[in-house]
Amino acid sequence: MTKTCTFTLDGKTIPFEEGETIMEAASAAGVYIPHLCHHPEFKPHGSCKLCTVNIGGRLGAACTNRAADGMKVDSETEALNADRRALTQMLFVEGNHICPSCEKSGNCQLQAVAYHLEMLTPHFTHFYPARDIDASHPDVLIERNRCILCELCVRASRDVDGKNVFGIGGRGIKSRLIVNSASGRLADTNMSVTDRAAEVCPTGAILRKRHGFTVPIGKRLYDHHDIAEVPEAGLKEPRRD
Amino acid sequence: MKLKVATCSLAGCFGCHMSLLDIDEKLFDLLKVVEFDRSPITDIKHCGPCDIGIVEGGVCNAENVHVLKEFRKNCKVLVAMGACAITGGIPALRNNVDLWDCFQEVYHYGIGLENGQIPNDPELPLPFDKVHPINEVVRIDYFLPGCPPSADAIWKFLTDLAAGHEPKLDYEMLHYD
Ligand code: SF4
Ligand code: SF4
Ligand code: FES
Repeated sequence: MTKTCTFTLDGKTIPFEEGETIMEAASAAGVYIPHLCHHPEFKPHGSCKLCTVNIGGRLGAACTNRAADGMKVDSETEALNADRRALTQMLFVEGNHICPSCEKSGNCQLQAVAYHLEMLTPHFTHFYPARDIDASHPDVLIERNRCILCELCVRASRDVDGKNVFGIGGRGIKSRLIVNSASGRLADTNMSVTDRAAEVCPTGAILRKRHGFTVPIGKRLYDHHDIAEVPEAGLKEPRRD
Repeated sequence: MKLKVATCSLAGCFGCHMSLLDIDEKLFDLLKVVEFDRSPITDIKHCGPCDIGIVEGGVCNAENVHVLKEFRKNCKVLVAMGACAITGGIPALRNNVDLWDCFQEVYHYGIGLENGQIPNDPELPLPFDKVHPINEVVRIDYFLPGCPPSADAIWKFLTDLAAGHEPKLDYEMLHYD
């Protein structure tokens, strides 16, 4: 079906279908808007604000705002990218992101977005928060130090796997990833390594065990490709089996 | 006139310095335009006035802070080189372990240890309870990430700086691991 409506994104004409978000239409047209909590297979969440664009003079999330005929949107402006860089820096200092010791390094979307935005330093004072690891499950590891609370695992487990294994507990800076079992341990849920929730995490917070270094550091996706070229590819790692 | 460059390693592993040496024969080209002051390469113990100071590693003890302040005082431009200087890096993995527990593990209970003692010589610098990136202690002008940054990245960065323009890393030169 040919799309009849259009809007402009950084001066480029983007066609869209009624009901599509700015993000969906831009992706379909091959235009990258930086994002972390958005994933094309899941309902928009609108929490990371990385995708914030200027919609006719008003700021809004590209992943939650619907495209409208004739609207004028700006994304690649110096000011918006500076904000995106600052948001990314805050995500780094809020958790414990020690990339040299992280299995996800090179395939991590948070890191890749930081590369894309040419973030050279996390800049802000590091929090070094104390967060737990849950290694109880035989096949899946939870490393909360790297969680950015994007709720992709929550959405995947609830909406695709039909299991509702994950949730976010607490408020504000105390928010954290929780597991829906009486003990709070992943081992006491029906989570399986083949669940969508086990592979959807954009960071190294949910990992399949014994899998971390199948592809060596230096040969990974974002070591060679800007995330703008392969926005969604990092999310679908090849299965081990 | 040659640019004066000082380098040091604080709470790092010397990996960044190894990567600096890894620019191989281009070191000779570099030496045409720079002269090293305090550095593990020259073994000069204190730095005088310099154009560029390059710091590897974060701060994990009192001595690190003294050295860092000496660099900031003497260097016109101060560069944080590598993951540890920029984020605390691997040494910062201990930031959520109690310092005493950490010492117990390293000197008493570690595999293969017998009759271990926790070193307590007054000459030893006072350790901090947390490791910090250097920009949390002094102002830093430039950041060169990587664990370590590749020899190419260091070369590009230094030659940009020596030529008097903003250092710019190509996509594949910018990495945090
Ligand atoms: S999750 Fe990503 S940003 Fe965080 S430590 Fe791992 S590779 Fe680095
Ligand atoms: S564990 Fe991963 S997918 Fe789940 S909220 Fe944290 S960062 Fe997002
Ligand atoms: S991607 Fe739009 S708010 Fe996160």
